[in-house]
Amino acid sequence: MFMQHFADGILSGAIVALGAIGLSFTMKILRFANFSHSELLTWGGYLALIFLAFAGSFTDLSASKISPFSFGWPMLFAMLGSAAATSLLAVLLHYLVFRRLARTAGHMTLVFASFGIALLLRHLVLLFWGHDPIYYSNELQFAIRIPGGARVMPDQVFLLGLTILVVVFLHLFLTRSRTGIAMRGVAENPELARITGVNVDWIIIWVWVIGASGAAISGVLYGMTVQLRPELGFSLILPLFAAAILGGAGSLYGAVLGGLIVGLSENLSVMVIPSTYKPAVPFLLILVILYFRPDGIFGERK
Amino acid sequence: MIGFVSYLVFFLILALTFGIAVLGLNLQWGYTGLFNAGVAGFVAVGGYVMAILTGPARPEVLGGFELPFVIGLAGAMLAAGLAAWIIGLMTLRLRHEYLAVATFGIAVTIHLICLNWEYVTGGTLGLIGIPNPVRAFSDSVLMQNVFYLLIVAVAALVAFVALERIVQSPWGRMLKAIREDEEAAASLGKSPARVRLESFVLGCMLMGLCGALYVGFIGYVSPSDFLPIVTFQIWTMLIVGGSANNRGALVGAILVWGVWVGSGFFVSRVVPPEIQAQGGALQAILIGLILVLTLLFRPKGLIGEEVHVSRHAQL
Repeated sequence: MFMQHFADGILSGAIVALGAIGLSFTMKILRFANFSHSELLTWGGYLALIFLAFAGSFTDLSASKISPFSFGWPMLFAMLGSAAATSLLAVLLHYLVFRRLARTAGHMTLVFASFGIALLLRHLVLLFWGHDPIYYSNELQFAIRIPGGARVMPDQVFLLGLTILVVVFLHLFLTRSRTGIAMRGVAENPELARITGVNVDWIIIWVWVIGASGAAISGVLYGMTVQLRPELGFSLILPLFAAAILGGAGSLYGAVLGGLIVGLSENLSVMVIPSTYKPAVPFLLILVILYFRPDGIFGERK
Repeated sequence: MIGFVSYLVFFLILALTFGIAVLGLNLQWGYTGLFNAGVAGFVAVGGYVMAILTGPARPEVLGGFELPFVIGLAGAMLAAGLAAWIIGLMTLRLRHEYLAVATFGIAVTIHLICLNWEYVTGGTLGLIGIPNPVRAFSDSVLMQNVFYLLIVAVAALVAFVALERIVQSPWGRMLKAIREDEEAAASLGKSPARVRLESFVLGCMLMGLCGALYVGFIGYVSPSDFLPIVTFQIWTMLIVGGSANNRGALVGAILVWGVWVGSGFFVSRVVPPEIQAQGGALQAILIGLILVLTLLFRPKGLIGEEVHVSRHAQL
């Protein structure tokens, strides 16, 4: 059983990691805890439905499936489309709400606003798509046996592979591209970055795009391997914050490592505590981290 | 006319019940600057303790002590205060958003306990048949509700007057000093850690009282009464009314509860029954919109903070 829980932990940890990267970046660069970030995962998952239906009007979805996976290129198209649309949503919220408030009010006002936006976004999903769970496809897949006696689905192997790909891509972006290096500069010291000629407003747009794209991909992968439901993001608020705080705000590998630790401890916890209390595990992790480092692991101490 | 009056009474009972929790949150956020994102959890503690202390005996579930109403209220406040004290010791060192994340987690955990610890909470079914003391006074439902409104109004008034006195006392000025500049307050020999904990516990006791009065009125308790939406509602009431103002807290409670009930009425009349659940989402969307729009266009709320100065101070 241990191997199965371990495998499940790595897989759900990968989903949390992809979502936590954006949360961690916004916490570092925009300097507020965005409670609405997890709703971007929900929106990402549901927006992919629209692109999938669009692709489905040109091609037969079940005929285009790439075995052994449950999906084919239309799903990959839907994922990219959803990442773009979710980014647009995040940038829109930035211009309508967060940017205005950041100019006039204290940073706690931003946290309040993110509370209100989370409530709005979650219930808009409920309004548009209803309460019942939705699946991208009904295709059957056959589980693969991996060493140690655990079983995983081909889609879950895809999930892990794609997560690694995204992290490698982000690493290259942050270390090699001009925009990525400028972003790290803004995270370290926004004033210094500004006087050296970095367009900080533009960098902030990039932060939202990266965060929302990661969230959208994470939401699609969740929908692919579990199911879509309106509470998808809400149930991930604590895991995402736990991963971001564990890894330290603004750290790419911190968020990934944090996500894996959260996923593993959630799934391994069922061996010692009743599984109904599993959702409280990320909270306990947060308490432990914050007890020892009240400002987060990589946060600056006063 | 009678229909309208009885509905108004019903409305005011719930609005003032929530108003008590808003007063508690105002003490924590408005005066002390503590971001408690777990309001629903403390309201739940009060509600369940009320049900356990005053409810009828039942097999296989703890409680059924059938104690008097007032003891139930006191027990609920004590239990919520105790929970806040333990949680406060763990989390109040944290600043701002980390405190928000931690208290949010507390509410999630308390909700899980309500759902799963069947011996104490009755699980998903909850606890039913909580006696309402006003039944003894009259046979008419309207008169019963008028009596209950009196109880709630007295509780809200006592909480209001007590808080007004507290925030104008030296202790209250210390709260604001800590909110504005903790280092400066500490340099004057004040203990921010202790004062923050006291304010947190006192605020949560009022949230417990809110839960107890709510359960005493509706006569049962179940986990679905204390969903995270309660936390959002109470926060929106405070922001709309204006934080750091106790009158604003009560005004906000009545206004926002009015919008909630009014939009619910609208949905039940206009939206076809087969999509009522989706229509219900409109209520929450409206609350979210009000919160965001208030922050954008009226950041101090309808009534802003009043200036309180010691009568010994010379301006």
